[in-house]
Amino acid sequence: MTLAEILASLFPNGHDVTVEDGLVSGTGPFADGRITVVGIDGDTPLGVDGALRLSRIVLDAIRKGDRSPILVAVDSDSQRMSRRDELLGLNECLAHLAKALLLADRSGHPTIGLIYGHSAAGAFIATALATRVLAALPGANPSVMDLPSVARVTKLPLDKLEQMAKSTPVFAPGLDNMVATGAVHVVLDPGKPLGDQIRDLITGMEPGDVRDRLGAERGGRPVARAVAAAVIDQARRG
Amino acid sequence: MAGDRAASIDPDALSWYEATARQRVAALADPGSFQEFLPPTERRMSPHLPLFDLPRAFDDGIVVGRATLDGGPVLIAAQEGRFMGGAFGEIHGGKLVGLLRAALDLKPKAVLILFDTGGVRLQEANAGETAIAETMRAIVEVRAAGIPVIGLIGGRAGCYGGGGLIAGTCSRLAVSESGRISVSGPEVIETNKGAEEFDSRDRALVWRTMGGKHRRLTGGADAFCADTVFAFRRAALGLIGRAPAFDLATLEAEQARLEDRIARFGDCRDATDVWRRLGVNDPETVPAMDTDAFEATVARVREADHDAR
Amino acid sequence: MESLTFRHTTHKPLPGSVPNAIIGVVASGNLEILLERVLPPDACEIAIETPIAGYGDVWEAVVADFVARAQPGGIRISINDGGARPDTVSLRLLQGARLMEA
Repeated sequence: MTLAEILASLFPNGHDVTVEDGLVSGTGPFADGRITVVGIDGDTPLGVDGALRLSRIVLDAIRKGDRSPILVAVDSDSQRMSRRDELLGLNECLAHLAKALLLADRSGHPTIGLIYGHSAAGAFIATALATRVLAALPGANPSVMDLPSVARVTKLPLDKLEQMAKSTPVFAPGLDNMVATGAVHVVLDPGKPLGDQIRDLITGMEPGDVRDRLGAERGGRPVARAVAAAVIDQARRG
Repeated sequence: MAGDRAASIDPDALSWYEATARQRVAALADPGSFQEFLPPTERRMSPHLPLFDLPRAFDDGIVVGRATLDGGPVLIAAQEGRFMGGAFGEIHGGKLVGLLRAALDLKPKAVLILFDTGGVRLQEANAGETAIAETMRAIVEVRAAGIPVIGLIGGRAGCYGGGGLIAGTCSRLAVSESGRISVSGPEVIETNKGAEEFDSRDRALVWRTMGGKHRRLTGGADAFCADTVFAFRRAALGLIGRAPAFDLATLEAEQARLEDRIARFGDCRDATDVWRRLGVNDPETVPAMDTDAFEATVARVREADHDAR
Repeated sequence: MESLTFRHTTHKPLPGSVPNAIIGVVASGNLEILLERVLPPDACEIAIETPIAGYGDVWEAVVADFVARAQPGGIRISINDGGARPDTVSLRLLQGARLMEA
């Protein structure tokens, strides 16, 4: 689905969401109130400027204090790779955006990520992965790094990596693998109204961070949850 | 472990950069106080690296546990930058996430994260990336519970990729000159954008753009240390006592601080241009300054110290 | 990866009472060695995981030399190798044994 199709499905009665420089912002009617929409469209990389524009919108939503939901719609590139961005502290700006989303969640705003295209690396962590529930649409393509780049770094032949990718969700790019690790909670049905499906996600939100449990249940991250639990157990025993 | 005890040599002389993760932890904490969770004898090793014909480590490249610092209880995690570049794999990440979640129960004086990481371990990329997101959420919860999370950065691998984002989530950061903090590493920028955008072989450029001095001057880090374990210990103790709260006021202040930075320095090509605008008289001399001279320079830069993190 | 295990009988136990120790880091040209006092006092077992296949006889010689010199009775030794040279392996084994004697 394109962003326009998503917005049409979410808001059949209209909305004020716009896209500028690849940055998505606006609101639409939702349940008894409104939902704030922020995000990145068109495979746009996320740099210092974009991150701060998005965090500004999230902080404004928190300041209103109405506990309205926040939808983070993502079709991005990775973080913007440049000397200028790193000189200006890209790590602080991306972390700031993630913190704003995490604070929104703590302040009673349900935060829902919706990945409908690409996303990778720092841009993915600062946006979609900083929401409480991350949904995807079929055709979404989240990744940490594409396989040719993985081949370059690991010095393994590409055809061998492609073979391994079929049976090893823990490293291979793609939506199915991110679902298996628990990073993506659910894949939505584009044939049904998205508003209802997102409302159901908000209703069904669980406390705490459930991603490692999902990863264990789905087999994409077999040991992370048990390891974290064992650390907590040994820490308590003291 | 006995390896930790034997390593507890004079923290005044031990180089942070040269030390292993275990040596850093043993020398940073009060002598003999460190108690490890999931120690190497438990052999919690990566289930994934054998598929790539790669050797594993008994601790998956991260040491976690409890200790005291000046008598106060703390939790500590230390990444080993020499093993797989200190990168986040499934177990590595699970240990850090577990430690942070344990902090909510144990309510230590602080959680210390000794960063030494290139980011995500590509052989376990999806697990590493997700663990970084879980770590950031867990840090926010620990901070919101009033427990400072202090990052210490001065290792061989620096603090790159998702590690840079985690660092940006901490309450306070201490860096040494070699403590590079960045999202995209020099090689990654060069590979993707070309050497005219970033020449990764120009080491002076790397230090100026991502190194500890630049981060300290611009307020990206809160303390600057000489490259000794003792200096990091003293810095950590100082930072624990002045950690900012995690709330809307702090994030509003950070928003203003970062917007101001981009407005003032967004057109700078080089770190020396930034330093000049910050009021540093002779910015070309900064890279060669010793710790005392640099501290004196920092003291004159208003932007270096703040609670907006 | 290649797995090798060597079992030796020693004349005496390794002195000291340290239950376990670790030394070294898994990195290129380096290795980590975990020592545990868990075997009968005249037994020593050394298990090695190495990414460099085909050097079993070199490992066997290095290990035999170490056992003869250190008499590490009672100790199980586990090695994660990152491609260390034989002299590095010998050095680390002796350093590890010294930690256990403390």
